Amino acid sequence: MSEILTKLVVDLSKPEGDPDRVKSIPLTPEELAEKEQERILAEAQWAAREAEETAKAEAKASGIAKLLALGLTEAEAQALVN
Amino acid sequence: MKLIQTVTVGSGGASSIEFGAGGTIPQTYTDLVILISARSNRTNAPIDTIRARFNGVTTGYTYRAVEGTGSGTPSSFTSTSFNAGIAATDNCTAGIFGNAQLYIPNYTSSLTKSGSAEGLSENNSASANQFMTASLSTATAAITSIVIAPETGTLFNQYSTASLYGVTKGSSGGVVVS
Repeated sequence: MSEILTKLVVDLSKPEGDPDRVKSIPLTPEELAEKEQERILAEAQWAAREAEETAKAEAKASGIAKLLALGLTEAEAQALVN
Repeated sequence: MKLIQTVTVGSGGASSIEFGAGGTIPQTYTDLVILISARSNRTNAPIDTIRARFNGVTTGYTYRAVEGTGSGTPSSFTSTSFNAGIAATDNCTAGIFGNAQLYIPNYTSSLTKSGSAEGLSENNSASANQFMTASLSTATAAITSIVIAPETGTLFNQYSTASLYGVTKGSSGGVVVS
């Protein structure tokens, strides 16, 4: 990441209205690197969940098709898989 | 429930929002609540999960979620962070922000910390994501600071807001609103 990222920091020991109570602070290089690692991990977890949901949907569709081939009605097949 | 602080993200966005920098969250309440209205700069999906961290600790977090998309069957999953709801993203129609609430009971206790969160983000009839989570932190120190951040996007967009509230238990054991 090359863009400058900042974080909002609230020091609750300062009184309300104090200009130092809420500040915008640039991230350090270490924080930027950690943010990138966090993003990569979150994307990987998201992709894994998407793949799992896709596999479930495909298995469900396959199951319904097989039930229909066995002679069940659409409503009966849906009742079994839902 | 008493408002402690509200912050609004300015121009350029913010990678995270920290309440209680330097360990300054008052220890005078019973529970904490964070209300969030947020949009992240993620572009490849209509929602972004928001994670919370306590006292600068980056490990020892897990959550279980139930997620619905407005159609089909809701799904459930687990993850390794402390969830604070969801945000809308730059994948959504302009001006769409997600809403979320994180409730943290007994934040001053010397026990492990739990939290419940719910979030909703709609995208002008294209999708409507609902997110409900139960999170756990294995750290036992009283919570003196909380950092919330989008997990996939690099920042909360301008006009995102987060508000920290304190909830106080009544003397009879009930909850009072102040």
